[in-house]
Amino acid sequence: MSVLVYIETHEGEIKKSSLEVASYGRAIADAKKNSLIAVCFGVKDASLLGQYGVDKVYAIPTENDIHFNAERYSNTLVQIATNDSVDLIVVSGSANGRFLGPIAAVKFEATYFSNVVGLPLSYKPIEVKRSCFTNKAFSHSISKKDKVLISLSSNSFGIHENISEITQIDGNYLASTSNLKVMSIDKSLDKVSIADADIVVSGGRGLKGPENWHLIEDLATVLGAATACSKPVSDMGWRPHSEHVGQTGKPVASNLYIAIGVSGAIQHLAGINSSKVKVVINTDPEAPFFKAADYGIVGDAFEVVPELTSKLKALKEN
Amino acid sequence: MKILVCISNVPDTTSKINFVDQNKTFDMQGVTYIINPNDEFGLTRAIWLKQKDGATVTVASVGDASCEAILRKCLAIGADSAIRIDAKPQDGFYVATQLAAYAQKEAFDLIITGRESIDYNGGMVGGMLAKFLEMPYLANCIHLEKEGDTIHLQREIDGGKEILEGSLPLIIGAQKGLVEEKDLIIPNMRGIMQARQKPLDVILPIESNPFSLINSYEKPPAKGPVKLVDANNIDQLIDLLQNEANAL
Ligand SMILES: Cc1cc2nc3c(=O)[nH]c(=O)nc-3n(C[C@H](O)[C@H](O)[C@H](O)COP(=O)(O)OP(=O)(O)OC[C@H]3O[C@@H](n4cnc5c(N)ncnc54)[C@H](O)[C@@H]3O)c2cc1C
Ligand SMILES: Nc1ncnc2c1ncn2[C@@H]1O[C@H](COP(=O)(O)O)[C@@H](O)[C@H]1O
Repeated sequence: MSVLVYIETHEGEIKKSSLEVASYGRAIADAKKNSLIAVCFGVKDASLLGQYGVDKVYAIPTENDIHFNAERYSNTLVQIATNDSVDLIVVSGSANGRFLGPIAAVKFEATYFSNVVGLPLSYKPIEVKRSCFTNKAFSHSISKKDKVLISLSSNSFGIHENISEITQIDGNYLASTSNLKVMSIDKSLDKVSIADADIVVSGGRGLKGPENWHLIEDLATVLGAATACSKPVSDMGWRPHSEHVGQTGKPVASNLYIAIGVSGAIQHLAGINSSKVKVVINTDPEAPFFKAADYGIVGDAFEVVPELTSKLKALKEN
Repeated sequence: MKILVCISNVPDTTSKINFVDQNKTFDMQGVTYIINPNDEFGLTRAIWLKQKDGATVTVASVGDASCEAILRKCLAIGADSAIRIDAKPQDGFYVATQLAAYAQKEAFDLIITGRESIDYNGGMVGGMLAKFLEMPYLANCIHLEKEGDTIHLQREIDGGKEILEGSLPLIIGAQKGLVEEKDLIIPNMRGIMQARQKPLDVILPIESNPFSLINSYEKPPAKGPVKLVDANNIDQLIDLLQNEANAL
C-alpha cells in the first residue's frame, strides 16, 4: 500500500516544512517497498518534489479559493488516498497540518497520531513514538487499525534529498458543506514565524519593559530568527500573545533557542524542550534555565546582547 | 443559544511527570488536576456569550468520578449544568465518539473544545467531533464574536492570523486570545455555593472501541551540564555555537 503526503504551499510556493514531510514519506515508502504520492493545492511548480523522493504528485487547481480550506483539502486528500490504495497519510505539524489531520483521519477511518517524532517503530501493527505531556515525555502508541494518519513534529526528521522520477497529475478539487469563509489574512509579513524558524530569540521579564525589545529584535534580525517571549511578557501586553511560548503557548522545535532574561520556569521549558541547542543569558546563576541549557552566560542582557549582536553582524558581513 | 464546553481533566502544569508499572502507566501520585487551560479560555468565552447574548452553558467531561472536582469548578465559574460521561478516556477517537453521542441528542449551537489537552496533546477531539456531528470546525480559534446571525472569527496561523465569518452551528478549538489570562474567572463564595445546587449528571458511555493504545512511555534522556561562557568572552560563545553545536 502506498504512502501519501500532504504538501503545504504558501502563495503557490512549497513550504520548507513540507519538504521534511516528503523526505519522511519517502523513508516510509522505502521501508514498505512502495510508492510515494504527494498532494498539493494551488502549487505553481510541483517538480521540486522530485528532489525529495516523490513518485507521483497530484497538483490540485483551487481556482479562486486561495486560502487553506480544511474541509475541501481533507475531502480531496482522502478521495485520492482511497482511489490509490494508500494506507498511510502524513501531514506536517504546522497549524494547517494539525487542523486538517483529525478531520481527514475520521473521513479516512484511520488512526490519528499527532506530534510524531520519528519513523514508525514498527509497521505491523503501526507503532509510533510521539511526544506528550508537552514534551516532558514520549509515548509509544500502537494503532489498532491498518490505516494511519501521522502529523510529523517539525524538525524531528530533517530534509533529505532523494532524486526520483516524478509524474504530475491534475486532480479534482472537491467541494465541502462548511460555510466558514476566510475574509482576509493578517500576516506579519517581513517576520519569520516561530513555527518555521531555525532560530528563535526569546525575551523574558528580565528585559524590564517593551521599550527594550530592540535588543531581542536586533539579534533576531542578524540571525534571521523569529522572536518569542515568556508568558508574563505577553500577559502584560509587552508583546503580542502569538509570541508566547511554553506549555500554554506555542511549542518551539527550532535548531537554536536563545533565552534572554527568562528564568526557565517548568511551564516555559516544557514548550521549548524539543529545541536542539539552547542558550541562556541571565544575571542570576541560580536561574533554573541554566539546568536546561547547553550554553549559558551569566551576565546582564543590556551589556551582553548588544555585543553579541554586533559581533554576529560583523561575522555575517565578512 | 445552547453552548457545550468540553472539559479535559489534566495534571497541573507544575506536575512532575513520572511513570510506574514498567513505564506503562502514568504515575498519578501527588498530581493535582486542573481544567485544561485551553478549555478554561473557552469556558470564559462561553460565559461572556451567556452574559451578552443569552445562552445556556453545559460542560461535559469523559472520565471517572475523579474529574467531578473540576466540573464543579466549572459550575462555580458560571456554567449552568455539567455532564460526566462515565468512561475511561482511552484515546481521542474514543472521547470524540462519546461526546458526539451525547451532543447528537442535545442540538447545541456552539461546541467549544480546547486547541489541545496539555497531557496527551492530541489536538484531535474538536476536529473529530465536528466530523461526527457534521458541523463546521475552526481550529486554533483566537476570536469569536456574535453579531446577529453572523459569527466573526479568527484563527491563529503560522506567522499571523486568518479572519473568517461563519454561522451557527459551529465547533471551535479554543486557545489563549479568545480571552486573555486576566479575564479568567476565579470562583467566588457565591459561585461555589450555587455550584452545589446545579445539576451534575452522570451518563453511561455508548459501546465504542478506541483506535489506538499506548504501549509504554519514556522520558527524554537526561541532559549534560550547561557550558558556561564568561560574559567578557562573547567570541567563545559564537565559536561554540558555530563549530561545536553547528547551530549558526
Ligand atoms: C498554569 C500556568 C501556565 C503557564 N504557562 C507558561 C507558558 O506557557 N510559558 C511561560 O513562559 N510561562 C508560563 N507560566 C509562567 C511561569 O510559571 C513563569 O512565571 C514565567 O515563565 C516567568 O517568566 P520570565 O522568565 O519572563 O520572568 P521571571 O521569572 O520574572 O524571570 C526573569 C528573569 O530575568 C532575569 N534577569 C533580570 N534582569 C536581567 C538582566 N538585566 N539581564 C539578564 N537577565 C535578567 C532574572 O534573573 C530572572 O531569571 C505558566 C504559569 C502557570 C501557573
Ligand atoms: N476526556 C475528555 N472529556 C471531555 N473533553 C475532552 C476530553 N479530552 C479532550 N477533550 C476536549 O478536546 C480538546 C482537545 O483534546 P485532545 O484532542 O486530547 O488534545 C480538549 O481541550 C477538550 O476540550
